[in-house]
Amino acid sequence: MKAADLGARLTPAVRMGLSIALATGLYGISFGALAVAAGLTVVQAMVLSLLMFTGGSQFAFIGVVAGGGSASAAVGAASLLGVRNAVYGVQMNHLFTPRGWRKWLMAQLTIDESAATTLSQDEATEQRRGFWTAGWGVFVLWNLFTLVGALLGDALGDARTWGLDGAAVAAFLGLLWPRLKGREPVALAVLAGAVTAAAIPWVAPGLPILLAAAAGAAWGWWGHAR
Amino acid sequence: MTLWHAVVLAGLIAFATKLAGYAVPARWLQNPRMHRVAGALTVALLASLTVMNTLADGTALRLDARLAALGVAALALWWRAPFLLVVVLGALASALLRWLTPVA
Repeated sequence: MKAADLGARLTPAVRMGLSIALATGLYGISFGALAVAAGLTVVQAMVLSLLMFTGGSQFAFIGVVAGGGSASAAVGAASLLGVRNAVYGVQMNHLFTPRGWRKWLMAQLTIDESAATTLSQDEATEQRRGFWTAGWGVFVLWNLFTLVGALLGDALGDARTWGLDGAAVAAFLGLLWPRLKGREPVALAVLAGAVTAAAIPWVAPGLPILLAAAAGAAWGWWGHAR
Repeated sequence: MTLWHAVVLAGLIAFATKLAGYAVPARWLQNPRMHRVAGALTVALLASLTVMNTLADGTALRLDARLAALGVAALALWWRAPFLLVVVLGALASALLRWLTPVA
């Protein structure tokens, strides 16, 4: 392929998809390492990245396990965090209306990054390019680096020494940040954060997220009237 | 439930959840109230995850080097740093603080 052809293929949506894939894909290293540190085997970490494939839920899952929570609490926390993917699915279905196997494939690749890349584009072709670039890009890199992190996990020693827990904090703030436009989402984020912090010492691991979600849903439901 | 059961079950639920979104007729979400609920839920979940990862130590609250990661990440985001740099800076902040003060 000539350089000019390559340049023509790197449309804004493709470029954004690739950079998001690189940013979050590399981050799979810390997922793999933290998963092993939480007590999962390398294969279990890989199954989570291949099958579950939704970062927030995966971190919630290993977070509950690492915190000493039960396996069912881990399933509950991860599943609740995955609920937003259904919302993205509704939006992607509205834009692309895929049929047959494409629908299944698109569903598996429906995550924060692919949905965000799609929705940041105005034109239908660019939306499609954005979805597949970010979706496949994150999927390939995320799984590759989950394996690297999981294998290096023991060699790395305590993941906290390398600041991988700090990386998790930064990544979640980074995903939240673009949504904090205007006073209302900031107020809601502060409320949800306060509910979480207040609940942590009193309820089982995983439940604080559920309580914050309930507060968020109520906020959206009753805030509608204004 | 063993850990293996939980891994497979949670993975299947995650996929079913995504697929369920594609099964919902688009018009159902075409109402302002459901838009608001979906948007508020996403903000609340991400904010909750951020706080969980910063403060939780099992069922205890712990103030440690993760707070530095949060602060540095917020500054980096304020200065419009790219996502990858934000994550790296967050890791560096907590690693550096622990190296300097091993108790953190």
